[in-house]
Amino acid sequence: MTAWRRLACALLLLVVSVSLAASWLAPGGYARQYREAAGAPPSAAHWLGTDEIGRDRFARLLYGTRISLLLAPAAALLSTLMAALVGGLAGYMGGLWARLAMAATDLFLSLPWLFLLITVRAVMPLNVSPMASVLVTFSMLGLLGWTSAARVLCARTRSLRDADFVRQARASGIRGMRLFWIHVMPNLRPALYAQFWISIPVFILSEANLGILGLGVAEPMPSWGSLLRELEGLTSIGEEPWKFVPLILLVVVVTLFQFVLSKQEEVAA
Amino acid sequence: MTRRQIFSIAPRGIGHQRTGRRINQRAMLFSFASLVAFVWLLVGGAVAQGGGELRFCLRSEPKTFDPLKVEDDASESIRYLTGGVLVRMNRETQALEPGLAQSWEVSKDGRGIVFKLRSGIAFSDGTPFSAEDVAFTMQRLMDPALHSPTGDAFRSGPGNVETKIISPAQISITFPAAVAGLDRLFDQVAIVSAHSPKKEMAVLGPFVVADYKAGASVLLKRNPNYWKSDSQGRKLPYLDAIELDVQANRDVEMLRFKRGEIDLINALDSEYFDRLAATSPQQVQDAGPSLDSEQVWFNEVAKAPIPEYKRAWFRSQNFRRAISEAINRADLSRIVFHGHAQPAVGPVSPANKFWFNTKLKAEPYSPETALRTLQADGFHLDSGGLKDRDGNAVVFSIITNAGNKSREQMAVMIQEDLQKIGVHVNVVTLDFPSLIARMTQTFDYEAILLGLTNVDLDPNGEMNLWLSSSDNHQWNPQQKTPETAWEAEIDKLMRAQASSADAAKRKEAFDRVQEIVYEQAPFIFLINKNALSAVSTAVHGAHPVILHPQTFWNAEQLTVGK
Repeated sequence: MTAWRRLACALLLLVVSVSLAASWLAPGGYARQYREAAGAPPSAAHWLGTDEIGRDRFARLLYGTRISLLLAPAAALLSTLMAALVGGLAGYMGGLWARLAMAATDLFLSLPWLFLLITVRAVMPLNVSPMASVLVTFSMLGLLGWTSAARVLCARTRSLRDADFVRQARASGIRGMRLFWIHVMPNLRPALYAQFWISIPVFILSEANLGILGLGVAEPMPSWGSLLRELEGLTSIGEEPWKFVPLILLVVVVTLFQFVLSKQEEVAA
Repeated sequence: MTRRQIFSIAPRGIGHQRTGRRINQRAMLFSFASLVAFVWLLVGGAVAQGGGELRFCLRSEPKTFDPLKVEDDASESIRYLTGGVLVRMNRETQALEPGLAQSWEVSKDGRGIVFKLRSGIAFSDGTPFSAEDVAFTMQRLMDPALHSPTGDAFRSGPGNVETKIISPAQISITFPAAVAGLDRLFDQVAIVSAHSPKKEMAVLGPFVVADYKAGASVLLKRNPNYWKSDSQGRKLPYLDAIELDVQANRDVEMLRFKRGEIDLINALDSEYFDRLAATSPQQVQDAGPSLDSEQVWFNEVAKAPIPEYKRAWFRSQNFRRAISEAINRADLSRIVFHGHAQPAVGPVSPANKFWFNTKLKAEPYSPETALRTLQADGFHLDSGGLKDRDGNAVVFSIITNAGNKSREQMAVMIQEDLQKIGVHVNVVTLDFPSLIARMTQTFDYEAILLGLTNVDLDPNGEMNLWLSSSDNHQWNPQQKTPETAWEAEIDKLMRAQASSADAAKRKEAFDRVQEIVYEQAPFIFLINKNALSAVSTAVHGAHPVILHPQTFWNAEQLTVGK
């Protein structure tokens, strides 16, 4: 592990730890409206000021970070598993199965995912709690985000299938899923790790995009997307610089995720 | 784009020689006379000949230039600037003033109106104007095949509209049944020519459409045949031209205003207003409460796919009143609209001077009263949460359109207000088409937060909202017969005021409608937004008002100059 990678991991861990301590660091909570101090600048009571309806921006940033950083990896795990299943099996089985799987992948890739998410949101039951909306949003991202990774994994599996050590194993009488799990899958691991780490910032940014459109996590639950909406209409950086803190944190975290990837995983990706 | 230069000054002193004292005196006299003439030209000519070019944005593409087919804001703005009308409502005083008609008289039964027209007027292309054009306009307007939204306001009953040309300068129009506020409706009727080869592009208003670039801009130029003059006899309008750029993005509109690329912004957002006020307070104007309101309503539709116990809550007057009492409207006005809104009283804004029922006052914020009102219906608090008499937790969703920041903020504030009386609200933001589909087709919603844009002062413009049989009777539309006694009473009162020509009786009936709506709270009115606008200091003569078009209602008297 390189020093940079170690530092990135440490910083990510620090961000996650601080967000997990949100209830201790910001006891007022993310939803409480301090209406007499709406839109206030940073102060001792509100370290990052308050938003337009008086909610503590620091508390919302901590809780939003917790949501984005815990659920984006969960969505990434879901999408990577789906990619491994579809792409891995398609590459390993080849022939008609591979063609069918890749056709399905192409179909998913061609879907306008943003409109699909908007449509799914529109047909969802209305009375879902904010936490349920968070889970649904990230599940949707995970279920729709496996396609690119599936193509990469399919190609990788296909090359492994024709590798000498796999041929030798086959010649030794190992066949079917046993060959797949024992000889192919372990060699797919670097690619899977890479796809997992790459997906996390993609999902964080996707949720942020949905949040900017007002279609992500339901109010009053915060997320990085809803926090970034505060930047709408801001005409100069100097106007209220503290509003940029969520954006800076997002950029830092996404960058840290890139440093977390090892050389080998980068090549595999 | 640069402003048109009004004056150019030639170099002085060419050929000027010293030829002795007398010559010098003559020369001085000549110079003085020239200077006087120049100043006269400068002052008089500036106003009469070159009022400059006004520029502002339309928020969408105009759908039509035919004044009789107008139904969108952009087309309405163009109609206002180009159309000549028989009577014009003064947007500042809200009183009717003569237009193409010198005078008019409404019959006692409210079915007929006689206009005496001005003579010697011509359309922008030179075609003379006469009573024949008014008859032609009315015939086109009332043609069912045209589907004119303006014409719909005149449809008081079955039968045809009869026009009788008494003389080239006098016409009588008779409707099959009484039309309430008949003369005011003519403010929206731009007269089109019966004979001009240019058809609807020949206009009688102050400006004429000179150029149109689809998706980009509309250029209006001064109508050389416009009939009106100012008090000093100078021909109106002062402006040479108006350039209207199609610009849907409000951030870009604001940026262009700051750069001086446009001169006006209508219906400014409170956030932008404050931002602009911080740097250029002389360029912003808060004209006070507008006619627009924001409101919440519950789904009371019998066939709506919602649980029966929730339908029972929503149909309860006590439940609706309690929710209304538990909403802090003052906070909504102060925080969401930065103080540029007033707590709403009812369906009519106080800005509507004649029709507003002054007996009504805004619902006071009182969670305690709300809880007492709810107890009357068997609701009770249980571990901080409100439950109905059958033990169902009071939870419902409020939907609003995604991307509308002020509505989203209001919904979140209402969510916290209602939490104080144990009501749990889920705020859902949907894209607009989905919201409209739920509201008008599937009725799959519990509560909606939306706004109502009101352009008509007369209650007749709200018939489609209050009649229980109407499609737009949002909380429970298309009722075959009124499902409640109070809705039956509203139907009766609205029909009574619509068929009466007596202003006092109409006012009495509509005052009662407002009282019923206040008592029953089918719409929980939240706030009335203020009419905010921005006008560049380069524009002279602007007096923004609350009625559309706020900033350029007196466009013919505006000038643009440094």
